Amino acid sequence: MKSLTAILTVVAAIIGLWYAACVPMNIKGVLDAAERAGAEVTPATARERRDMGEFGLVAGNSFAIADTWVQDRPRLPAPHQVAVELWNTTVEKKITSKRSLIYHGQVTLSATLLGFAIGTGLGILLAVGIVHSKVMDMSVMPWAIVSQTIPIIALAPMIIVVLYSIGVQGLLPKAIISAYLSFFPVVVGMVKGLRSPDHMQLDLLKTYNASTAQGFWKLRLPSSMPYLFASLKIGIAASLVGAIVGELPTGAVAGLGARLLAGSYYGQTVQIWSALFAAALLAAALVALLGVIERVLLGRMGVRS
Amino acid sequence: MNMETTPQALETQAGDSGISAQASVIEAKNLDLTFQTNDGPVHALKDVSLNINRGDFVSFIGPSGCGKTTFLRCIAALEQPTGGTLTVNGMTPDEARRQRAYGYVFQAAGLYPWRTIAKNIKLPLEIMGYSKAEQDKRVEQVLDLVELSGFGGKFPWQLSGGMQQRASIARALAFDADILLMDEPFGALDEIVRDHLNEQLLKLWARTNKTIGFVTHSIPEAVYLSTKIVVMSPRPGRIHDVIDSTLPKERPLDIRDSPEFIEIAHRVRDGLRAGHGYD
Repeated sequence: MKSLTAILTVVAAIIGLWYAACVPMNIKGVLDAAERAGAEVTPATARERRDMGEFGLVAGNSFAIADTWVQDRPRLPAPHQVAVELWNTTVEKKITSKRSLIYHGQVTLSATLLGFAIGTGLGILLAVGIVHSKVMDMSVMPWAIVSQTIPIIALAPMIIVVLYSIGVQGLLPKAIISAYLSFFPVVVGMVKGLRSPDHMQLDLLKTYNASTAQGFWKLRLPSSMPYLFASLKIGIAASLVGAIVGELPTGAVAGLGARLLAGSYYGQTVQIWSALFAAALLAAALVALLGVIERVLLGRMGVRS
Repeated sequence: MNMETTPQALETQAGDSGISAQASVIEAKNLDLTFQTNDGPVHALKDVSLNINRGDFVSFIGPSGCGKTTFLRCIAALEQPTGGTLTVNGMTPDEARRQRAYGYVFQAAGLYPWRTIAKNIKLPLEIMGYSKAEQDKRVEQVLDLVELSGFGGKFPWQLSGGMQQRASIARALAFDADILLMDEPFGALDEIVRDHLNEQLLKLWARTNKTIGFVTHSIPEAVYLSTKIVVMSPRPGRIHDVIDSTLPKERPLDIRDSPEFIEIAHRVRDGLRAGHGYD
């Protein structure tokens, strides 16, 4: 109950700030429209208003404040505008409609999940190799780190062009960009996790004359689970970013990235913001789902929560 | 591989060992171990010679750095001596390790938190390839030996420190190796729990007739438990004195007030003092 109050307070504060920010952001547009409609505006012409600060305009035209929250194409849409757009493009639209965010969301989601699966699989394999082979430890890890220093926005078009030239298009190129972003946290977390058993635990297995494979399945892998889940939560969020970025350079017609791009072409800020929120909600849902799986699995493993 | 030698009753009658009792199980001759560190070589063991017979309970006592744990780890093939010879059951320590000749108990219980007590005890049995039925049978047996019957389904965090350490002893006993090596197993426990576990350990030793190597810091513990007390001294780690205990095999806790006990404890303390030098 107490924490609920705290959460609601923070949310209310953010929404309050957001509404407040809409006023100076949108005031010029509102005043221009009001002038065209024949209302009294101070100062009277757009030219004079251009040189004035936003806060001065707000102070001189307090009648226009309410209008900054209901514009058609505001610079910064108000929270309720985004909420209404989200409602209209999810619940009110058929899923098959090209304007449905659910349709675009599931396009991005399928690329995200495929990329996440590839990235996680690759990450775990690399980590197992790194932990068991000195050569891989020295050779793979530096490349894995270098791979993450290249901005994905620069690399994504190249990946898509190269794959297109060998006939691969559609879901897979986006998934590969997703995997590219998500394998890294899995490698780092998994290496740490597989190395987490202490000397005593390893000595104990040695006294049983256990093989490397037995040590892996019975000790290293179970020990790494908490580390793996921490990495997976970062990885799935990175996957979603990768899938969205993968939709930008192709001029894709479907996907949350495509909605963002179309919105910015046509100045549809409300559409951009609702696509952003859809992406954020999707990421939150995916991370929460992983959290549930983690709790169930670690609970079964007898870990005290 | 080990299957030919395993199924043999966990509890052998103490009387059975009459003839073979004097056979040497562990033989060390002029054993040296030097660690190379950044600050130059460290002589962890120097010229250590010792015979341990079947059925002996041998305690190693001495200040930190005297090499008592290192010696135990050499027997377990967890460290490689740099000089001298060491045999376990007539083999090199590494061969003995491969044949699973010993169970090792560490200072920390080291139970897997994601396994129940029974599953923890099954760990070595799974690794060594015992059948499911045999695993269950042995878990019951060793849980009974350490007086933890009925706790098999609990997770480690649900048990006290003393019970966890007993479970780890059960794990070391599960595959019925003849030798039990214990590295300060009760070092982290309080005095009362420790007394109780010492008493239990003696009973267990009498029932199973194993050869036990036991590292400790505590003089009363060493004297109470052992048939042979090895007093070691540091820099370089070496054996200062070997005391054969004159105490009877049957030892109630109050034997610690007997003049015989006090005399042996006195000799151990003198040995520790002389070997240490307090320089």
